[in-house]
Amino acid sequence: MANKSEKRSSAGVLNKLSHVALAVWAILIIYPLIFTFLAAFKNNTEIFIGNPFALPSHWDFGSFGRAWTEAKVGTYFLNSLIVVSISTFGTMLLGAMAAYVLARYEFIGNRFIYFLFIAGLAFPVYLALTPLYIVVQELGLLGTHTGLILVYIAYSLPFTVFFLAAFFKTLPNAVAEAAMIDGASHTKLFFRVMMPMAKPGLISITIFNIIGQWNQYVLPVSLLPGGAEGQEKWLLTQGIANISTAAGYQADWPALFAALSIAIIPMIIVYTIFQRQIQSGLTAGAVK
Amino acid sequence: MRQGKYPFVIGFLIAPLALYGMFVLRPIAAAVQVSMTNWSGLSPNFDFVGLENFQKLLDDDKVWLAAKHHVFLLVTLPVITIALALFFAFLLNMGGGTRGGMMTGVWGSKFYRVVFFLPQVLAVVIVGVIFGRVYAPDGSGVLNRFLELFGVDAVQFMAEYGLWSILGVLVWQAVGFYVVLFAAGMSSIPAEIYEAAVMDGASRVTIFFRVTIPLLMETVKVAWVYLGILAMDAFALVMVLSIDEGGPDGATTVLPVQIYKSGIRESDYGYASALGVALAVFTIIFAVLSLRGGKRNAVEH
Repeated sequence: MANKSEKRSSAGVLNKLSHVALAVWAILIIYPLIFTFLAAFKNNTEIFIGNPFALPSHWDFGSFGRAWTEAKVGTYFLNSLIVVSISTFGTMLLGAMAAYVLARYEFIGNRFIYFLFIAGLAFPVYLALTPLYIVVQELGLLGTHTGLILVYIAYSLPFTVFFLAAFFKTLPNAVAEAAMIDGASHTKLFFRVMMPMAKPGLISITIFNIIGQWNQYVLPVSLLPGGAEGQEKWLLTQGIANISTAAGYQADWPALFAALSIAIIPMIIVYTIFQRQIQSGLTAGAVK
Repeated sequence: MRQGKYPFVIGFLIAPLALYGMFVLRPIAAAVQVSMTNWSGLSPNFDFVGLENFQKLLDDDKVWLAAKHHVFLLVTLPVITIALALFFAFLLNMGGGTRGGMMTGVWGSKFYRVVFFLPQVLAVVIVGVIFGRVYAPDGSGVLNRFLELFGVDAVQFMAEYGLWSILGVLVWQAVGFYVVLFAAGMSSIPAEIYEAAVMDGASRVTIFFRVTIPLLMETVKVAWVYLGILAMDAFALVMVLSIDEGGPDGATTVLPVQIYKSGIRESDYGYASALGVALAVFTIIFAVLSLRGGKRNAVEH
């Protein structure tokens, strides 16, 4: 009996230690984000000399307005929104088309083309960075959203095709055959029957691509050069990186933190709503 | 059999293949080609110089520094991240102790899982800028102000411990992803195995090392490869967080930063392409080695 209660109390201690460990990590994750949000209301002196754990002396929302208009975060935000919406849509459409054909049709060169797409997973984007820059420049697409969108789609294809091809293979044949007997064309079969059946897989990979493309940094920073006119085209990540590296001590730091808040708060909101889908979408690649 | 199969197949493949060929395959092929020229980008003329760029690369101190940093990250990033993630995942799944012979998760495990995973959806660049203030070298920095409570003098994080600081951010962002991955793996381990272990009087520590980790080995190896690939990157963090984009004096530089600087900024296309080829070879060797090693001692359940 004594032995048993001893065991229980040691389990109790372990339990408490577990909670402490988990709570400490949770604070480590959350605090930098809270700090960022609070710093948006502080002034330069408070940020640079003050106590980082202090609350702002007064709640000044002006920094958000300055970030949105003067620091052009509004423009960058909309640019990111436009580029990522179109490129994710394009990735999913083209990726699903290629994956579907490769997964469900036999033809000469099928394996070769499939392998060609998968090979793209093995190469880091930095290998092709310089020649990619030259290709985009030769096409006259340097500094354009069109160029960036096409590049995003191209670089998202290997994983999208890899994942969706595996998914299309698992779909039952019976439904497809029934539709063919009813006289559906290949195209109609794809859009009306197979795409709806593949919805769970499509959702996971859409999430994966949205987050990956939204957070992209090296591609926009390489393919959307600066300059007075070029800067209008910048995306959110590169815009914020530029504000932060260009900012000296006399710069508008509250506006930088407001910009950071503008960038992360929508992500946090979307994440809390769709956390289950986002977690499974992002880990899908590792589980497969 | 089916009519009009080939026109359909071609119609569906042509656009994806064209984009992929144009922006991925062609640049990859060109990288190898350009790496053997002295193309500076300033003039349209260039000569074939053979392996000269690779020779130059071997004599470049920054490249050796970068390679050293990749090796450092290649070891520390997976070890620390996987250890922390396994530990947290175990606590979340089984930290609650045994109830009726079943292992239960701690109270609030759902909340922790959501919070831990959160950094994964934030852009690395944004995280880097935020950590610029966390690591600030005086009392206005979050970390230094905290250390002050224990009487520690202000630490010059980016100037003296740049690479460790960058490692810290990489770990901070990555752990949650692997917690979710490992937790999913743990919950797929059959309950009977744990029940048997609990019956035999195994403590939670024993169960963690003797049951959970061996059964999760496959997932851990996948994690190792993913984190290794992450260790070959670190571009965005070095660009926004470190002093002088890879400094001070190359102390935090990585190959992608060198590629970006010489290729995009200085238009030294030939040399930058050679660096790219070196990075790709490095990455592929790592991936092949770790996948090979992963096959040998797998435990199945």
